Amino acid sequence: MSEGLKYTEEHEWLRIEGEEATLGLTEYAQGELGDIVYVELPAVGLELSPGDVLSTVESVKSVSELCAPVAGEVTEVNTALDADPAIVNKDAEGEGWILKMKLAPDADTSGFMTSEQYEAHTKG
Amino acid sequence: MVLTATAERKTALYERHVEAGAKMVDFFGWAMPMYYRGIVAEHDRVRSTAGIFDVSHMGQLVVRGADALAAIERLTTNRAASLEEGRIQYSIMCYEDGGIVDDVLVYRLPERYMLVVNASNCEKDLEWIRSNVSGDVSLEDHSDHTQLVAIQGPKSEDVLGRVVEADLSALGYYRAAWLDVLGTKTLVSRTGYTGEDGFEIYCVNDLAPLVWDALLTAGSEWEVEPIGLGARDTLRLEMGYHLYGQDIDATRTPVEAGLSWVVKKDKGDFIGREAILALEEEGASERLVGFVLEGRGVPRPGQRMVSGGEGVGAVTSGTYSPSLQRGIGLGYVGVQAGGDLGIEMRGRTVPAKRVRPPFYRGGSARRKK
Repeated sequence: MSEGLKYTEEHEWLRIEGEEATLGLTEYAQGELGDIVYVELPAVGLELSPGDVLSTVESVKSVSELCAPVAGEVTEVNTALDADPAIVNKDAEGEGWILKMKLAPDADTSGFMTSEQYEAHTKG
Repeated sequence: MVLTATAERKTALYERHVEAGAKMVDFFGWAMPMYYRGIVAEHDRVRSTAGIFDVSHMGQLVVRGADALAAIERLTTNRAASLEEGRIQYSIMCYEDGGIVDDVLVYRLPERYMLVVNASNCEKDLEWIRSNVSGDVSLEDHSDHTQLVAIQGPKSEDVLGRVVEADLSALGYYRAAWLDVLGTKTLVSRTGYTGEDGFEIYCVNDLAPLVWDALLTAGSEWEVEPIGLGARDTLRLEMGYHLYGQDIDATRTPVEAGLSWVVKKDKGDFIGREAILALEEEGASERLVGFVLEGRGVPRPGQRMVSGGEGVGAVTSGTYSPSLQRGIGLGYVGVQAGGDLGIEMRGRTVPAKRVRPPFYRGGSARRKK
């Protein structure tokens, strides 16, 4: 877990800087999924509403869908994951980021967990 | 892999798995390791050097008596009479309607036969065998006091050779012998479920952890490590080996499953023979086929298979093949289906190519046959 990141119950992390957010899968979630072999990335420019599927992460043993925790527009995706999806296993909360988005003006970012709260959540 | 409720049964190696930090899962009531270091790394270890497996959940049923051979011949589809002492064959037990009770290994040992059965079927098989034998036959379930440790991979003979007092090069593929394993006479066979050369060691309970530790020590120069059920599944599926409960079950016959090669129709009567003959006569409506995905994705059991825009079947086993670095799978499709194939995954259809298994052809077991 990293300082300054926000966490969701669906095991995503967000780094919010002004109106931009970087999003990925948590360290805990990558450990649960095991060897990740495909990360499906959304198109840049895609408008996301909360709950929209933004990425599908497939590991050898299971599949997990990531949903948008807030409204916004995809501005950049981590194309390095196309060639080497295992980056998410190696550094989920750093080099393994999935996408960047521009938050919608009315995006609600108040409901996320701190790293301490998320840690308690995963142990609950 | 089907996971059931809380695991109650533990193998003699349970403590070893927990100490090694394995991700444990419930496999048909058994607490078993899914993986230790990671499925892909463990898979690659077996293909490159060797790895060790705890498969103690499998069942061992021993059949003895003057009529033991007749009983095995009636219960299984392969020709048990052709087995010489110390030889092993892959075989199938069928119901009268040709549906599959289980797929088994039949060992011919001195004055007895041993059937190695799937963990999920052990009690059912025992009941089925008991109700279908007659004459001078005794049936014993040795599963509770037998632990099964497997070593698989091209370096298996080098590693096991340091643990047993025997010349393993004399033990051929699908043969078994009683060898001195750490001072205890133990049944060892040159068998496996990975496509690699390897051995299976039928230990008494207390011996299993000692064998486990000795193999890891003896194999350290080849980085031998424990391998979980996750890699066991990717390894077997790369070879196109069937898994009971997924690729075969009571609703499927050997004819549809591509297992006619273990059905010896001319050997005399056996349970299921008439149904199998009739099905071969009229032709099965579906066949188990192998496929390799041409696009991205990992096929999973239950996903629909389509051809020419029509549903033609369903995936029974699917995974990511670490050797091919692609999705692979097995599934039953109608015999009328066209050559093109697609797998439906979450609203999209990923093109796939039909391939006759094995998907992986570099395994060391083939060179030992």
